[in-house]
Amino acid sequence: MDIIFYLFASILILSSLKVITSRNPVYSALFLVLSFFSAGAIWLLLEAEFLAIALVLVYVGAVMVLFLFVVMMLDIDLKKLKEGFWDYMPVAGLVALIMFVEMIMVLNQDFFKTMQATPNHSVSNTEALGQVLYTDYVLPFEVAAIILLVAIIAAILLTLRGTKTHKGIDPADQIKVRRDDRVRMVKMKSETSIKRSR
Amino acid sequence: MTEGWFNIFTEALWILLKIAAIVLPLFLSVAYLTYFERKVIGFMQSRIGPNRVGYFGLLQPIADAFKLMFKEIITPTESSRLLFFIAPILTIAPAFAAWAVIPFNAELVLADINAGLLYVLAMTSVAVYGVIIAGWASNSKYAFLGSLRSAAQIVSYEIAMGFTLVGVLMCANSLNLGNIVAGQQGGMGQWYVWPLFPLFIIYFISAVAETNRAPFDVAEGESEIVAGFHVEYSGMAFAVFFLAEYANMILVSMLAALMFLGGWLSPVTFLPDSILWLFAKVAFLLFFFLWFRATFPRYRYDQIMRLGWKVFIPLTLVWILFVGLMMQTPYKDMFH
Repeated sequence: MDIIFYLFASILILSSLKVITSRNPVYSALFLVLSFFSAGAIWLLLEAEFLAIALVLVYVGAVMVLFLFVVMMLDIDLKKLKEGFWDYMPVAGLVALIMFVEMIMVLNQDFFKTMQATPNHSVSNTEALGQVLYTDYVLPFEVAAIILLVAIIAAILLTLRGTKTHKGIDPADQIKVRRDDRVRMVKMKSETSIKRSR
Repeated sequence: MTEGWFNIFTEALWILLKIAAIVLPLFLSVAYLTYFERKVIGFMQSRIGPNRVGYFGLLQPIADAFKLMFKEIITPTESSRLLFFIAPILTIAPAFAAWAVIPFNAELVLADINAGLLYVLAMTSVAVYGVIIAGWASNSKYAFLGSLRSAAQIVSYEIAMGFTLVGVLMCANSLNLGNIVAGQQGGMGQWYVWPLFPLFIIYFISAVAETNRAPFDVAEGESEIVAGFHVEYSGMAFAVFFLAEYANMILVSMLAALMFLGGWLSPVTFLPDSILWLFAKVAFLLFFFLWFRATFPRYRYDQIMRLGWKVFIPLTLVWILFVGLMMQTPYKDMFH
């Protein structure tokens, strides 16, 4: 079992490194997909199959697809992005160092150290999660859901601002149209023979 | 120690044999599904369809495969070569991987896992990467447009599809496909298609959209963007995309048969349950795919998006709420 864990863990770390070192942003996004997969596999080893599959389903199946969507359409010029790299280096390095020290201080706390997950064998992972989510944590769960809903509505409203620019037609209007609105039948006398006058 | 390795080896070999037992018949079904598609659409349009190779053209799919195998594979200039060749593999791998949890009868299943339904959903949602990467790596406008269309469509219809499955698992109280079928025991009247009829219709239409089939085939709309995401592919690379599309069609039909139509259970109680029932149901559903293609004109792209987001998703949500409420009433037996 250990070999499998180390295999997936090393794939995870290598692909995460490639995410930040790849020159092409599309490759970065694809390496992020690979690291999600490896993380899912590690969760599977912990018998957390619901979390593992949900990670693949939500992040790989939906979020990263939209990410790739955007990244592919961007025209990124790396040379321009790298301009002034050394000018910012001292400040950026200092910030990075402070963040690194802070993270080490947090991660050294005791509550991060006792993290041996013990799978509950009496019920499946899906059932166990559902039981705590809808009993002990029902309030935080619902609050999170409402926050997400607000975010969705806000995002949609942002795109709906301003005047209507697209040429889409409301299907309700389309089916209301009757024949008489569009076609007018005209009765005409058939033409008589042409008189040739010269 | 050596005995332990030997056991692992024999077990791996056994699993490989099981995989071959699923994949090889699947290849054959895909080949003959293309044959039937051409025959059925031919008859619907008063044509004959393939009838030259073998009796009634029965060897046509094999001739096609041979032709594609010997064709040259051309890589477009300035394409991303690695991704260009990975894309077809990424399309077909999930289409086959999902079959690992599909039960063919009560015992015949490769991996009987608890979260089988979720696994299938995850695998079908991963399939979109092949399409996106193919479109991007080809370095071609048409391919890129096709892949963008396809990605947006698949992501949209996946949500409606996922919600219809929520209805099924509310009825079955399980994510295991075998248990879902077992919950429909007792003749046709017990199938989930009746209490969940609107969800079944939505599932099937979403399935057609998910597999990029007509009338939702804007991803490869011939009249607009030539052939969409696989326009730059030739030979076997093209054949792999083709294979994946048909394997996905069979997969979604199989899922519909398992979740709504009682899987391998017999429609009437006096006949025995058999794997043949499952095949008959899948064939029946597949016929609809071909029928749709011969019947309906292609949807306009904005209408596809509207149907997915503004019609199907609200409808499924309402029906899930309805099922949930009904389960609190004395009529709850109807939903089990």
